[in-house]
Amino acid sequence: MDIPSLTIDAVREGLLSRRFSATELAAEALRFAEAGNAATNAYLHFSPERALDAAARVDRQIAQGEQLGRLAGVPIAVKDVIVTKGVRTTCGSRMLANYIPPYDATAVVRVEQAGGLIIGKTNCDEFAMGSSTENSAFGPVRNPVAPDRVPGGSSGGSAAAVAQGTAVVALGSDTGGSIRQPASFCGVVGVTPTYGRVSRYGLTAFASSLDHIGPFARSVKDAATLLAVMAGRDPCDSTSAEAPVPDYSALLDGQVKGLKLGLPREYLKQLTSETGDLIQAAVDVYRRLGCEVREISLPATDYAIASYYIIATAEASSNLARYDGVRYTFRSEHSQTLSDMYRMTRGEGFGAECKRRIMLGTYVLSAGYYDAYYLKAQKVRALIARDFANAFQEVDAIVAPVSPFPAFRLGEKVDDPVAMYLSDIFTITGSLAGIPCMSVPCGTTAGGLPVGMQLLTGHFAETTMFRLADAYEQTQRG
Amino acid sequence: MADLANLQLTDAEVVKLQADLNGILEHMDKLKEIDTTGVEPMAQVLFDAGETATLRPDTPQPPLGSQIALANAPQPGAGYFKVPRIIER
Repeated sequence: MDIPSLTIDAVREGLLSRRFSATELAAEALRFAEAGNAATNAYLHFSPERALDAAARVDRQIAQGEQLGRLAGVPIAVKDVIVTKGVRTTCGSRMLANYIPPYDATAVVRVEQAGGLIIGKTNCDEFAMGSSTENSAFGPVRNPVAPDRVPGGSSGGSAAAVAQGTAVVALGSDTGGSIRQPASFCGVVGVTPTYGRVSRYGLTAFASSLDHIGPFARSVKDAATLLAVMAGRDPCDSTSAEAPVPDYSALLDGQVKGLKLGLPREYLKQLTSETGDLIQAAVDVYRRLGCEVREISLPATDYAIASYYIIATAEASSNLARYDGVRYTFRSEHSQTLSDMYRMTRGEGFGAECKRRIMLGTYVLSAGYYDAYYLKAQKVRALIARDFANAFQEVDAIVAPVSPFPAFRLGEKVDDPVAMYLSDIFTITGSLAGIPCMSVPCGTTAGGLPVGMQLLTGHFAETTMFRLADAYEQTQRG
Repeated sequence: MADLANLQLTDAEVVKLQADLNGILEHMDKLKEIDTTGVEPMAQVLFDAGETATLRPDTPQPPLGSQIALANAPQPGAGYFKVPRIIER
């Protein structure tokens, strides 16, 4: 079997025609992923027992002629900020290097109930803070498309695993672009659903009002199937939405004629020419498919970076307060008193980017600065959300770039946090508004680097987003 | 600020963080340009839902139990999390 070319449908077909068993597939996928990891460092650890157990369950179902789940036998990678019972979950941090969670995230439970095989946990920026996966305590990930370049971040390992072909689909998390940007850098599909569409239970908290779990895949259809499996109300996450979950992948009918697409003029003016040209070419494809394209305005865009980095760091500084040396595995060996234990554990356990964000978050929440920074940022967030709400009165979806530039070289931007933060401009606006957004591959630069186009729709309008993404993808095949 | 955040920083880290945070805060000052008079702060993404939409029946669930809860403790002891002594006898 050719693991890198597998799709969810191909796995199902292979199982039902008895060309391979789930156990054979799991063993082969694990071998392939372990062998490929030297080139990318996409995985932090593998979970063979868990994958083989799940595969044995699928094989029993096949032998007994039972109905198979939607992800039956599909090799899946899970970002290491999503907890897996009995399987180490490090969040890319020295702080949690030996943490073995006592429970599973809801998304993980649903994936396995649908027959998915979790083969391993993927590398990421520490606590999902970063845009290049260079902030992992366990070494950076290399982009499978261009090994001297970053895969993007923070879900760089999940994007690299899917691009390299070691997993058919993967779970990532997105707070300000951490699924879409690595998907665009690695040339795969990445989806950030509506806030609350997928339960956050078991997703290690970074910025709770912005955190999402979402899928990576090599096709829009596979991403849509994985999202449908994970989505839906969960009593363990009070912010998870009640709204019914459509069968997204069954609704990919290519019908996009007459849909209205908006191009935000504030985004297009900031693009390097090569990325801009590829986005324009994708827009021309939509015109040919019968979509109506018009320019729109999102006037608060210029203030999005400041708003995001205040809100996200404020929430992070609170969420990361729990790592104090008492409950979560790591405690400094050099402390004598309780307060030294807190300070030294955190000083030794967190990496540079986490410290920077904890400090910034503490500052913007501190007495005297709260109104000027945190409260102001929340008001600006409301304006950004209003911009989108106004835009979706006029158009069905927005087409935008994902990143101002394609994958950059390892080490190129690590010393300039402001430049790194500014590069998140096109993804954080959708995150602040809580709307669904996704990255779809839309070509490569002259140097062969993938570029992603971003599609954004109104809350819970994932079906329209997937339909547009799929219609475009169909035109790029064969 | 590091004290408030309970972070022990080295001298070199303090120098680097001061420079980084100054650069970042300079950018944040951009927020002063935009008028937010009368705008309600947005703390959470909210959708139309009944007031009790997030409530669930109060049914007891089996707890983790102290053995599992303590499995990741750096220093468990006698069924508790142990920390350095804070009260001298």
